Amino acid sequence: MTDMAKSQPAPRSDRGPSSKATNDGSMETAIVRIAGDSGDGVQLVGGRFSINSALAGNDLVTFPDFPADIRAPTGSIYGVSAYQLHFGGRNIKTIGDHVDVLVAFNPAALKTNLPLLAKGGILILDSSGFSATNLRKAGYETSPLEDNSLDGYQLVQLDIGKMTMLAATPFNLTKKHALRCKNFFALGLLFWLFDRDPSKTAAWIKEKFAGRPEIADANVAAMNAGHSHGETIELSGDISKIHVPTYQMEPGLYRAITGADAMAYGLATAAELSNRQLVMASYPITPSTNILHKLANMKELGVMTFQAEDEIAAAGAALGASYAGALGVTASSGPGVALKMEMIGLAVATELPLIIINSQRAGPSTGLPTKTEQSDLYQSVFGRNGDAPLPVLAARSPGDSFYCAIEAARIAQKYMTPVILLTDGFINNTSEPWSIPDIDDLPRIEVPNRTDPSDYKPYERDEKTLARAWAIPGTPGLEHRIGGLERDALTGAVSYSPENHQKMSELRAQKVANIGFDIEELTVDQGDESGDLVVVGWGSTYGPISRSVTTMRAKGYAVSHVHLRHIFPFPTNQCELLSRFKRILVPEMNMGQLITLMKAMDCPAASGLTKLEGQPFMVSELEVAISDAIKEVKNG
Amino acid sequence: MGDQLHGAGLKPADYASSQEVRWCPGCGDYAILKAVRKTMADVGASLENTLVISGIGCAARFPYYMATYGFHTIHGRAPTIASGAMLANPDLDVWIITGDGDALAIGGNHFIHLLRRNFNCQILLFNNEIYGLTKGQYSPTSRENTRSPSTPMGSVDTPLSASHVALGAGGRFVARAVDTQQKQLVDILTKAYQHKGTSFVEIFQNCIVYNDGVFDPFTDKKNVADHQIYVEHQKPMIFGADSDKGIIVDAGFNLKPAKLDAGAPPLIHDETNRSLAFMLAEQTPPDGPMVMGVLYQHPNDTYQTRVKQQIKTAQSNNKRSINGFLRDGTTWTVK
Repeated sequence: MTDMAKSQPAPRSDRGPSSKATNDGSMETAIVRIAGDSGDGVQLVGGRFSINSALAGNDLVTFPDFPADIRAPTGSIYGVSAYQLHFGGRNIKTIGDHVDVLVAFNPAALKTNLPLLAKGGILILDSSGFSATNLRKAGYETSPLEDNSLDGYQLVQLDIGKMTMLAATPFNLTKKHALRCKNFFALGLLFWLFDRDPSKTAAWIKEKFAGRPEIADANVAAMNAGHSHGETIELSGDISKIHVPTYQMEPGLYRAITGADAMAYGLATAAELSNRQLVMASYPITPSTNILHKLANMKELGVMTFQAEDEIAAAGAALGASYAGALGVTASSGPGVALKMEMIGLAVATELPLIIINSQRAGPSTGLPTKTEQSDLYQSVFGRNGDAPLPVLAARSPGDSFYCAIEAARIAQKYMTPVILLTDGFINNTSEPWSIPDIDDLPRIEVPNRTDPSDYKPYERDEKTLARAWAIPGTPGLEHRIGGLERDALTGAVSYSPENHQKMSELRAQKVANIGFDIEELTVDQGDESGDLVVVGWGSTYGPISRSVTTMRAKGYAVSHVHLRHIFPFPTNQCELLSRFKRILVPEMNMGQLITLMKAMDCPAASGLTKLEGQPFMVSELEVAISDAIKEVKNG
Repeated sequence: MGDQLHGAGLKPADYASSQEVRWCPGCGDYAILKAVRKTMADVGASLENTLVISGIGCAARFPYYMATYGFHTIHGRAPTIASGAMLANPDLDVWIITGDGDALAIGGNHFIHLLRRNFNCQILLFNNEIYGLTKGQYSPTSRENTRSPSTPMGSVDTPLSASHVALGAGGRFVARAVDTQQKQLVDILTKAYQHKGTSFVEIFQNCIVYNDGVFDPFTDKKNVADHQIYVEHQKPMIFGADSDKGIIVDAGFNLKPAKLDAGAPPLIHDETNRSLAFMLAEQTPPDGPMVMGVLYQHPNDTYQTRVKQQIKTAQSNNKRSINGFLRDGTTWTVK
C-alpha cells in the first residue's frame, strides 16, 4: 500500500477519449477505490459494490490491496487497507491506471491513496476520521481539509461517523457498533453516485447478519442514509450522478471469482475428471495460502488437504500421494518452491505425476511478500540439480487458473511428470466475473493405473508419450522398487552404467519436449498474424498488454498480442509465429527471464520491458513502449 | 499395523528381492533385514500391500532388498512421502527405514511430526552413532568427543537420545532393540507391526567399519546379562546373569539398578506410563542397564482415521457436487 503510493508514477490516462466523463455525466468505465483502516470494513463493502456492478450488467476487475501487517495500529500508514474496482461498459482487463473516485476514511488512507486519484477526480472524505491524532499518525503537519492541498479534486467532505450514528440510533447499538456501519454509509453514497439499486444488497446484509438483526438493520439504515445523502449533494450542485453503460458479455451463468478460488476449483475438478483422490499438501505462505484454505473447505468432495510441517514435507506428501495413486498437489510461493526443489527432482527421476503451484511474489528471498512479480521463471525451468526438465505453465487471469489447473493435471498424468504451474499474488487476489462451466462438459483425463502383472517392467515406456506406467502400491504382482538413484531404462533396477545414464537423460528430455506437440498451438490473441510489432506476454501481464494493444490498434498501430500459457516446452509453432513480426516486445515483471528462455530456444530476437515495483504494468506504460517500438521500426 | 489376516503363507525368503545385498560384510543391517523378513512372514504380510520407504544412508538401501513395494527417497524425507502415500491409501502397510543422520539430523523435523500425527506405520531407526555412507563423520547420536574426519579433535556437541525425542514428540509406541539379538528384535518388530499408530523402534546397529564396538558395553555377549534389561508390560524389571538385579525407585524418585536382596522390590513395567518410559530411556551403562523392549505403548486414533472421519462428517452434513460448489454464493445470468 504505502510502497505503492510512493512508487506510482504520476497518473496518466489509460483510456481513449471516448471514455472520459462527458458533460452528460457518463463514463465508459469507472475506477473506484475505497480505503481505510484494516478494521473499517472496506473489503466487505468493496465486494458488495462489485457484485452489485456485475448484477447491473458491467464487466469488471477488482483488486483488494491488504496491508502486510495483521493488526497495525489504528490510523497508521501501514494499517491502510484498500479495495479497487474497475467496471464499465466494455471488456475490462485491468484494475486501471488511476482512480476516478476515491473514498478515504482517515488521513493515512488519504495520504497513501491520493497519488492514485486522477486530477479532477472525486474525493470522498470522512471528516470524522481526521482527528489531530490521526493527522499526526499519517504525517500531516496541517490538515489537508484546511490547507487547500485538495483543490484539484472534486472534494466531498462528510462527517460519515456522525451521520452513521444518527442512522443507527433506532437500533440501540453501542457507539462502537454503530460506528462500524460507516462502511455501508459510504457504500450507499457510491450506489447513489452510480445510480444503483441498493435493495439486493440490503437483502444480503439481512442474510449475512441474520443472527444479529439489530446490526443488520443498522447497516441497512446506514446504507440508505448514504444513498439519501447523495440526493442532498446533488441538490447542492457539488457533484452529479455518473452513468456507466452496461456491457454485453457472452451469455451464460456467471459468478465472481478470485485466482486462488479458481485454482482450488480447477484442482478439485481435475481430480474428478481423472477419477482420482485429490491430496493437496501445503505449508502456509503468502500469497499462496488461500488455495489451501479453499480446498480445506471442500472435504465433502472427498478432497484431502494436509498442512505439512514445512515446504519440503508438503512436496514430499504430495509426491507420496501421487505414488500411491492420488493426484498429488503442493502450492507455495518462490521461497517455498526453492525448498521443494530436491523433491521435485525426485519426481522427475521417479517419473511420477505431481503438480507444484507457485503463486509468485516479489523476491529474492523474502522480498515483498504481499507484492506481485513474475520472477520465478528461471527457478521453474532451470531450478533443479542435474538435467531435470519438466513442463511449466502460467495462468493469465483469475478464471484462467481453473483451466490451467486442469491442463497441468492432464500433462502430469499423461506424461508421468511433475508440472510447475505459475500464478502470482495479483491473480490470486484479483477477482473478475467468470462464466461458470458445467464440468460434465469437460473432457475426462483417462490415465488408468496399470494392473496387468504380466511382463511388467517399471520403466517400460509408452511409445508415443514416453511415459512409464502408473503402478500403485496395493496392486498384486506389480511390486517394484523406485528411487532417486539412476535406474535401468527398462527394469528400473539401480544402474550406474554410463550408457544407461546418457540414455535416461535423453529420454527424460525427449519426454518433456514431446509435450510441445500435445498442447494447443500458439495463436495471436489480438491483432493481425504479422505486422510491425508483436507484444509477447505470459502470466498476469495479460490484462494490461491486451488493453494497451486494443487502444494502440484503435490509434492505427500495427501491433498484435501473443500470450503464452506454456512456458516450457514452448508450443512448436512459437518461433515461426513470432518471426512474422518486424519487432518483438516482451514486457515482464522481472529482469527479462522469458527473453532469455526465448533466446535459448532460438526464437527471433526480442526486446524487453521490465518492471519490478511489486505492481502490475499500467496500460499507459505499455502504450508508450508500443509507440516507441513502432517508431523504431518505422525509422528502420 | 495388522489389518491383514495372518497366514499369507509366505516364508522369510519370499520377502527377498532378487537384488544382491550390498552392505559391508559383518554390517548389522544384515541382521535387521533378516528380522524384518521373518517378522513379515510371521505376521503374514502381503507383498502387494507392504510398502518400505527409506531416505538416504546405508540403511536406506533396505527397500531394494525387499520383494514388496519400495521407495528409496531423499535424505531425511521418507516420513513425508510415507505420509502422503498413507493419505492416498490408508490401508497400506508402511515401514519407514531410517538412520541416526537421516532421522535426527537432516530429517529431524519430519521425524517428530510423523510421530505426533500418529500415522499408522512403523519407523525403524538404525542407530549406529556414525555416518557410514559418507565415510565416518560423527552423527547427532555420537557421544561427545567422537573423533571423526570432520571432528579430528573430537565432537563438542551433546548427543541426542532418539527415544527421548520420540517420546517428547508424542510417539505412542517407543521401543528399542539390538541388531544381533534376533529373537527380541522379531518380538519387538511384531509388536510394532501390531500397534495401531506410529511405532518407533530404535535398533542399535553396529557399523563394523566406522564405529565398530560402540555398543559393546551392553551388546557384547559378556555384557548383555549385566548391562542390558529387556522390559515387558506388567512384568518385574529384573536382569543380571543370575536374575539377581532389578530396577528400583530410590528415595529421590530416581530409577536405579539394585541387587534384589537389598530389600526394595523391582518395579513392575507399565508401558502406558510415559514418565516411566522417559526414565527408562535415561538408564545408560555403566550406571544403569540399557533398557530394551517396549518402553512405551499407549494407542490413540491414527491420523488416517481422523482424516477419514472428517471427510465422512463433511459428506453427511451437506454433500454438494463440484458443479454445486461452482454455483455457490451470488451468481447471475447473462442472456
